Amino acid sequence: MKKTLAILLVTMLTITSVALVGCKSSAALTIPIGLNAELTGGLPVVGASCKNAALMAVKEVNDAGGLTVGGKQYQIKLFVEDNGYKADQSVAVQQKLITQDNVVAIVGPNASVMAVPASEIAESSKVLMISPWSTNPNTTIDSKTGQPKKYVFRACFIDTFQASVDAKFAMNKLGAKRVAILYDLGNDAFVGQSTFFKNTFTQLGGTITDVETYTTGDKDFSAQFTKIKASNPDLIFLPSMYNEAPVQIKQAHALGIKVPFLGTDGWSSQDLITLGGKDVEGCFFSAHYAPDIATPIAQKFIADYKTAYGAVPDDVAALCYDSFGLLFQALKTAGKVDRQAVRDALATIPNYQGVTGTMQFKEGSGDPIKSAVMLQIKNGKFVYYSTAQP
Amino acid sequence: MYVIQQLINILQLGSIYGLIALGYTMVYGIMRLINFAHGDLFMVAGFLSFILAAYFKFPFLPTLLICMVVVAMMGVLIERLAYKPLRKAPRVSVVITALGIGLFLENFVLLFYPYPQNVPTLIPRITWNIGGATISYLQVLIIGLALFLMLTLDLIVNHTMVGMAMRAISWNRVVVGLMGVPVDRVISITFALGTGLGAVAGVMYSQAFSVIDPYMGIVIGWQAFICAVIGGIGNIRGAILGAYILAAAQILVVMVMPSTYRDVVTFTLLLVFLAFRPYGILGKPAVEKV
Repeated sequence: MKKTLAILLVTMLTITSVALVGCKSSAALTIPIGLNAELTGGLPVVGASCKNAALMAVKEVNDAGGLTVGGKQYQIKLFVEDNGYKADQSVAVQQKLITQDNVVAIVGPNASVMAVPASEIAESSKVLMISPWSTNPNTTIDSKTGQPKKYVFRACFIDTFQASVDAKFAMNKLGAKRVAILYDLGNDAFVGQSTFFKNTFTQLGGTITDVETYTTGDKDFSAQFTKIKASNPDLIFLPSMYNEAPVQIKQAHALGIKVPFLGTDGWSSQDLITLGGKDVEGCFFSAHYAPDIATPIAQKFIADYKTAYGAVPDDVAALCYDSFGLLFQALKTAGKVDRQAVRDALATIPNYQGVTGTMQFKEGSGDPIKSAVMLQIKNGKFVYYSTAQP
Repeated sequence: MYVIQQLINILQLGSIYGLIALGYTMVYGIMRLINFAHGDLFMVAGFLSFILAAYFKFPFLPTLLICMVVVAMMGVLIERLAYKPLRKAPRVSVVITALGIGLFLENFVLLFYPYPQNVPTLIPRITWNIGGATISYLQVLIIGLALFLMLTLDLIVNHTMVGMAMRAISWNRVVVGLMGVPVDRVISITFALGTGLGAVAGVMYSQAFSVIDPYMGIVIGWQAFICAVIGGIGNIRGAILGAYILAAAQILVVMVMPSTYRDVVTFTLLLVFLAFRPYGILGKPAVEKV
């Protein structure tokens, strides 16, 4: 009995392994691409949006018969990895994608906290990386030498630009003269945004009444807001995440603060409204795209995304989709599946029409030239307010 | 006005810390166990209040009472299933079990609610202005409820038979058992009281901060544990004192220093106490029995 079972097992194993090998040799040509996303941890909504958009972008190409590179049809094979919203895990995942899965290029991570360390790995391994959402300058610039990284690109604008847009908006459109700032000292993106905002706003002749900080995970901001209230500002600049801002604004309102809040792209998730309700009503923030003034390309993307996932795509989804669009464009231009060739093709893309607007890359910088929009929260929706050109 | 406002902030934060710290200190007092799952039971109470309020549209008082009872029963159940079989095991085993229970609770909630949730407001948003400082109905309720529960607990522990049994068990569990005190039942009651108070903290916290997530019990649990250590772990009045001291330290840090120093000060305070006065402010140095 035991013997028969053993023989049966061995036979089955042999058949499966033969079948597997056979499968491998007969499969179509594939291009392996990595996705390094925040699927679990502190930013699950960002990770989910990014993954959804990535799967959609890849499916579109594969369903259309694949990507034509150098006259041959390739299927895209996506390797999805979770960085857990942790810097160390993001580095480990990046390494795994490059050495084990042998990907041609990597999309992600999204948040700067993960993107900055992961970019070091991409740069030293000479593998193209496109971060959809990381706005901190250090993602594409080597902080030691001050030189731009050669293999790291992004699909979004950077914090210096975003913060100056916010500062000008606060002064010119909202008429603020005195602004207080509250930001998370543990988050590279927000530290940068606060510093640049402060610089631009004071250059424009405004006054920063108070700068308060906290650390990621803090829940009680009563002491900070009491100090801010005492400094008597007309506006509070609050670069924070979509799941932090509602808590913060609610606490500020409970302390009797009535001035408006101005946020940045970290706010742009529908969860901000779900969690914040009436308290976030009327607030402004800078974002990568506005779903309600979308171009035909964007409208198609929004409609497809809605059919596939039943939700309006947030800007992470849009930027992630654009990252894949840029990558496919670069692969086509390169004409061969080669890490270096793809990087070289992307570095000089003259004009790419994406969901989040027109993008252009120039050799010597991984940051695209593109515009930003200001959104307002009105009747529980993100509503387009104005556009700022670079 | 500025100082009064910060004082109100201290009272609110301290009250929440106090309610949680009591759970740590009671369990430690009676079993010499640091129940690391306590912070996660606080989180479970927050999520339970969210479920009751969002799906079943329960008003505040029933929500609070149901959360208290259900979470207290969970506390007792955990004690029965996880800690009781380890009564005679080394203390490290029990502490590791407690950590495991905490991880289980976090991940169990994560299974159903991977995203942060918004708790519906159950308490009318009324605010009063006193000389420029703002105090809300919710804050008054948190502070009042905490003080009321702390006084009640103090009364139970010091003036009832059960309380006497608890104090006796904390002195010597073996001898007290020999004298006919139902040790297991008293331990269950202790767990029920401790986690029940933690549940009140969870519900009030969810009302005050409105956004809850499965990991919210970890950090606040540590903070409350530090309160218990500062006051003298095992000492009930000490836990309350420690809670207000820690809250005051944390708010004062933000008042005079960059707010990033908050955690540095919190943990420095813990280290200083552990190094120079490990038995806390109100605790008594333990005499090593030969």
